[in-house]
Amino acid sequence: MAKHRGRGVATINYPIGMNLGGDPSQALVHSNPTGKFTVALSSIDLGQGMKSVTRQICAETLGVPVEDVYVDTADSDTGPHCMGSFASRGTHRVGNAVMVAAREARAVMMEAAAEELEVDPADLETDGRGSIQVKGAPHRSISVRDVAIAAQFRQGKTISGRGIFLVPLSDVDPETGEMSPATCYAHACLIAEVEVDDETGEVTVLKMTSAYEIGRAINPKLVEQQLVGGSWMGMSHALYETPEPYYPDPRDGPRDFNEYLMPGPGDICPHDILVLERPAPDGPFGAKGPGEMCANPVLPAVANAVFAAVGVRVNDLPITPEKILRALKARGGAATPARAR
Amino acid sequence: MLEFRKDIFADERDDNLKEVGQPTQRQDMLGHVTGTSPYYDDHRFANLLHLKILRSPHAHARIRSIDDSAAARAPGVKRIIRAADVPVNLNTLLSLIQFGKDDEPSLASDVVRYKGEPILGIVATSERAALEALALVKVSYDQLPAVFDVEEALKPGAPSVNATYPKNTFEYYGKYDHQKLRYGDADAAFAQADIVLDERYQMSPIEHAPTETNGSITVPDTNGRYIVYTSTQALFFSLDTSAKINAIPSNQLHFIGGTVGGGFGGKVDTMTEPLCILAARLIGAPVRYRFSRHEEMQFGSPRGGERIYVKDGIMKDGRIIARKVRAYFDSGAYTRLSSYAVVKCAAHIPGPYTIPNVHADVFCVFTNRTPATAMRGFGVTALDFALECQMDKGATAIGMDPLEYRILNAYRDGDMKAHRREAKNCALIECAQVAAEKANWPLRDEFRKMSSRQGGGAAHTGGAAPARAPTSTPTSTPQRVAYERPTPSAPPHIAPPASPPRSAPPPPAAPSSGSTHGAPRFSSVFGTRRR
Repeated sequence: MAKHRGRGVATINYPIGMNLGGDPSQALVHSNPTGKFTVALSSIDLGQGMKSVTRQICAETLGVPVEDVYVDTADSDTGPHCMGSFASRGTHRVGNAVMVAAREARAVMMEAAAEELEVDPADLETDGRGSIQVKGAPHRSISVRDVAIAAQFRQGKTISGRGIFLVPLSDVDPETGEMSPATCYAHACLIAEVEVDDETGEVTVLKMTSAYEIGRAINPKLVEQQLVGGSWMGMSHALYETPEPYYPDPRDGPRDFNEYLMPGPGDICPHDILVLERPAPDGPFGAKGPGEMCANPVLPAVANAVFAAVGVRVNDLPITPEKILRALKARGGAATPARAR
Repeated sequence: MLEFRKDIFADERDDNLKEVGQPTQRQDMLGHVTGTSPYYDDHRFANLLHLKILRSPHAHARIRSIDDSAAARAPGVKRIIRAADVPVNLNTLLSLIQFGKDDEPSLASDVVRYKGEPILGIVATSERAALEALALVKVSYDQLPAVFDVEEALKPGAPSVNATYPKNTFEYYGKYDHQKLRYGDADAAFAQADIVLDERYQMSPIEHAPTETNGSITVPDTNGRYIVYTSTQALFFSLDTSAKINAIPSNQLHFIGGTVGGGFGGKVDTMTEPLCILAARLIGAPVRYRFSRHEEMQFGSPRGGERIYVKDGIMKDGRIIARKVRAYFDSGAYTRLSSYAVVKCAAHIPGPYTIPNVHADVFCVFTNRTPATAMRGFGVTALDFALECQMDKGATAIGMDPLEYRILNAYRDGDMKAHRREAKNCALIECAQVAAEKANWPLRDEFRKMSSRQGGGAAHTGGAAPARAPTSTPTSTPQRVAYERPTPSAPPHIAPPASPPRSAPPPPAAPSSGSTHGAPRFSSVFGTRRR
């Protein structure tokens, strides 16, 4: 009776947005009379940080500080249509719509500033701190606040923009499956190290190391919360959770969190994450989206690590102690498989 | 914990940005940490009524009779809602994008097809009064044979689950019971392979397990409108579904979402809003319909349990020359969104690898269990589990390091994928290299130097890369097509047989047709989706 260690790996990619496209999102951006901007959406913030991501994209595009942008969302009377917060589409689809809207609003803002400074709009730039200045001559500048006041009360201009982003719907060939499922993909590799107790069948995940390529990380902290949270979800899916423990037998389903098995804080392991950014040509500032994919590589990496530890393959999730013990019994005990090197 | 490798792909990025890339604190952080962020159930209304649902105790049964007379007289009961009260009782979620046939009733009237299927609603002055009244409803059933296994459901003589799809499979393109993927000639390649590996994988269903269960509150507004506070993940999707089922114009509904207490795909199905709105309309008072934890666990749709068979043809040098996949999605009793996931799954085969011969059949199967739905990684999570376990077994079978085996077969820029689009913007190899380095997983030099970029060169390391092992030629060379999508007005590059022409997207906010039959168009979702 002993504890055995093993490492397993998985490499995956993940498509961004609804399969086949055809999933539009819209955004409206407008300034109040003192140069503070509102982004109007109907997209839902599930806790993933939709509001923060769109806020930063809007501020970057407008060339104003992020504090001067507020995202108002989830109201069907004020926010234009969004397909929904799913399919890893928020950052890519909604972010693009916000970018289009912010570009339109920025163009009006620069025109209004040009009129106040009596220069050509093409000669102006934003400093990202709330001012608009002549390129090469920063002393000739005007604040965004003063531009907004002038646009509203003197020039009669609305500093606002409309945006929509739509990946046109792809056909599918019924005979071959030829289709355009997605315009960009995120990537990941995850290595899990586990310890398997051959007496109890219990698996402990000791460590995870992963690399995620997600286009552009709009907000590194939000990326981290997704990737860490997703890895726990994947670990829980691999080893603990199910509403049908003997699927396809529908019996013995849990009714509450006392009966639904999940890992506790003590089961959470250290996780080193590396982030790579290969910008998507059609992503907002190259962003793809880490939302869904981060649970996926954990499942096979843990299963493969269990094999590396004790030499049994569990092909049915979740990998419960019962399944491991039955497999060990069938195999005649634990054995570390020979590695290539 | 988290570190960036800005050195990789640096030449493809402009890092001279001010706000993008900053770890800015979230706009809603103060509300979250002080407990003041508004969830749908934080709204308080005087005289709020409560809707509770009578659910089937059987997985498959014919309803012989329902006697709710005692319940109607119970204390606090305001109204009983029956199937006949629902204006458009039969619906399918993806009718909003013209995909699939209406197959699921809001309230069952003649047959129940899964344990937990809604039969009747009771609106009362308290949740307790509603539950006590539910206990007084007498339903008599004739039990019917049920089927729970996806492959059993496809056998001749299996119980027919779904009246709209009597053969227990979703119908694709009006003629197939599955989604096909065909690229090269997998069978011919298996005959040439050194090793053939045929394996079976079974995904488990899981619960979304949100902290906040599904729910909504409907409040009659002035001027004939209704304000709906909801936990939905897709505001207009739920709004339009609710408008269709209630047969009212979409602009009579004012949906207010907000902070959602965990979604993960389990709050797209619009499980509470339509009946909650109906109750408020019938009574003229605010109504709340929220799932108990038991309902969320057992009758809120879970992630489905896919069964996947993977067969690989492998050469001794590590090249995978053929991959065949047969996958069954357990949709439960009704379609909801599983039909969509099947196509997404087919698009994802054979995973992020360049394999010249690929063959897949993916089925959406009906069984007598709670309908499955979207969950994080929908259509892909189970496939990734199967394929990545399969990759490990393949590496073991030929005695190769599992990570090097993946890098060898990884897709690179310019490779043709099985769905006949060129791979671009790839980064699988770089992820593998960086993770291996961090975890001290030994990789041989040539694998450390490989690259996803054109030609497999070692762009980011600057070193010379060895030529990539040649991949075998597909037995039938697929036509190479541009990755970019054709413009909506242009004809598809390869005209699929019997497919309607690609339609240009109509302008947004087109007025609703007002039709309540079949799958009407809705103002907020446009475009037609091929059946």
